[in-house]
Amino acid sequence: MSAPAPSMYSPAAKAVAEKLGLTMGRANLEEFADTLLALAKADRNILAVTSDSRGSGKLGPFGQALPKQIVEVGIAEQNLVGIAAGLGSCGKNVFAVSPACFLTARSLEQVKNDICYSDHPVTIVGISSGVSYGALGTTHHSLHDFAVMRAINNLTIVVPADNFETREAVKAAAASLTPVYLRFGKAPLYNLPSADSRPFAMGQARVLREGSDVAFLATGETVIHAQLAAAQLESTSGLQCRVVSLPTLKPLDSAAVLAAARECRAVITAEEHMVNGGLGEAVAGVIAQAGIGTRFKIVGIPDEYTVTGSQADIFRHYGLTMEGLAATALELLGRP
Amino acid sequence: MPTDRELALKSLHYRRSVLRWIKHAGAGHTGGSLSCVDILNVLYNRILRVSPATFTDPKRDRYIQSKGHSVEALFVVLADRGFFPESDLETLCGYQSDYVGHPTRHVAGVEQNTGALGHGLPIAVGTALASKLDDAGFRAFTLLGDGELAEGSNWEGALAGAHYKLDNLTAIIDCNTLQITGRTKDVMNHEPLAEKWSAFGWAVRTVDGHDLAALTAALEKPLEPGKPSCVIARTIKGKGISFMEDVGKWHHGVPNDDEFARANAELDAAIVQLSGGAA
Repeated sequence: MSAPAPSMYSPAAKAVAEKLGLTMGRANLEEFADTLLALAKADRNILAVTSDSRGSGKLGPFGQALPKQIVEVGIAEQNLVGIAAGLGSCGKNVFAVSPACFLTARSLEQVKNDICYSDHPVTIVGISSGVSYGALGTTHHSLHDFAVMRAINNLTIVVPADNFETREAVKAAAASLTPVYLRFGKAPLYNLPSADSRPFAMGQARVLREGSDVAFLATGETVIHAQLAAAQLESTSGLQCRVVSLPTLKPLDSAAVLAAARECRAVITAEEHMVNGGLGEAVAGVIAQAGIGTRFKIVGIPDEYTVTGSQADIFRHYGLTMEGLAATALELLGRP
Repeated sequence: MPTDRELALKSLHYRRSVLRWIKHAGAGHTGGSLSCVDILNVLYNRILRVSPATFTDPKRDRYIQSKGHSVEALFVVLADRGFFPESDLETLCGYQSDYVGHPTRHVAGVEQNTGALGHGLPIAVGTALASKLDDAGFRAFTLLGDGELAEGSNWEGALAGAHYKLDNLTAIIDCNTLQITGRTKDVMNHEPLAEKWSAFGWAVRTVDGHDLAALTAALEKPLEPGKPSCVIARTIKGKGISFMEDVGKWHHGVPNDDEFARANAELDAAIVQLSGGAA
């Protein structure tokens, strides 16, 4: 075994989380696996299809409990998605599970044609996404998937930020009559209290914290870092920052984006994805086309040879942690 | 069940229609449509348990045309089976038409949107597997081109079909030996084909892909219990039109007026001969 991966949270970030009363949840991957198992126990039409990914997808218990509802295709992602389409075309409610790096590149044409163009209600589940496999190198990173999946018609893209969003997203995907791409990582996450009392719905943003100085618009597992940055900025600089979780990347909640752009002095987007073609550019498109001018910054992985390190190292290196996002906010507002 | 002679007449009429609509649209995959017409004829008139009335029945047989570019043959056969009026094909490849140059589910009778090669077999594997999981008893068929076999995803599907012992799955290879660049054996040789599929765990039969009785015998039931079936149909690209047969340029060639007239004359003569005098 290698040395334990460094924490995603610095001692200062942990102190802010403690002050906020945040409780540590578990990995979204585990929440996904348990939620899917519970749904599948009640509905024999639900199938998990894996490409030697049952272990990495935490689907071992699923396979043991429901051996007739799991289909193994071997290390063959194109086949994974093609077979999922065939099963889906016959009325099966399919979750095709594989690391996001392979699922959204090797089998992209199958996603585009066999699932989305042919319109079968399959959920494509990209596990260990972004830089979850940080130290394994670029082969194992999915920093392109938002861009390519956003460019495919008839696909809802859901990127949950915590266990609650994951649980609700899996349920919503199971109920969806159209294709869904669900994308999450494997690191334990804090549970995020929401200022928004509405139930989770695909296509809807969740306002986690109100404010009008800087708006952090974030998706997936960067949201917690935005939440911590907003709290830190309040205590150190007296800034009231809004935090909006955008679990649905497509269709994007344009109303929430426009409200943030109109009501806040600056907008920062955060995503575990390359800055090209992801959340930031989607948000920029909404804001620009509404004719709004605002101070704006996209925080993500830049278009460069990605630095080597763990997920935590990479988040820190590219300013996706509490400290990095808080510094970007101050810079954007022109404050020292 | 139509007789061999009735079926042979249908094939001639299908070929006329294929040429008619390709000529009308000014585009289409002529050679490959003509090579697979007899296969589709046998499938839709003798083998597949599917009709416009049963197309929504979960237990219907499924046909997935992996070589989607031969869509004109599929559209003509579906129209003849009553899925839609053949006159709909007046819009083929036209603005806002559902009749695109590759199969789409917007057209009645089409199970799957295809056109990118190497997709049909994995989808058919999933389809056959769904039938097995539900003990539904339906069969899944897919039609592959021989040039298409260079796509690696076919071999992923071949592994899975045998792994899951899908004897309700049949892959038919329209082996016309030509692809857009030239002879398949020169572009990327896939022979010995029967040995390959057999080594992958499939039951294999090689037939003359224009022999309606031989096709029927190969397709009417699985070739072997516990194994998926591979029917290698040895065909001729452009079959039925003397000057198109086995000529590469007819891959997506559209006949000019003179060629169109000559092709129809050949088909008309064949129809007269087969009908015993009445066209």
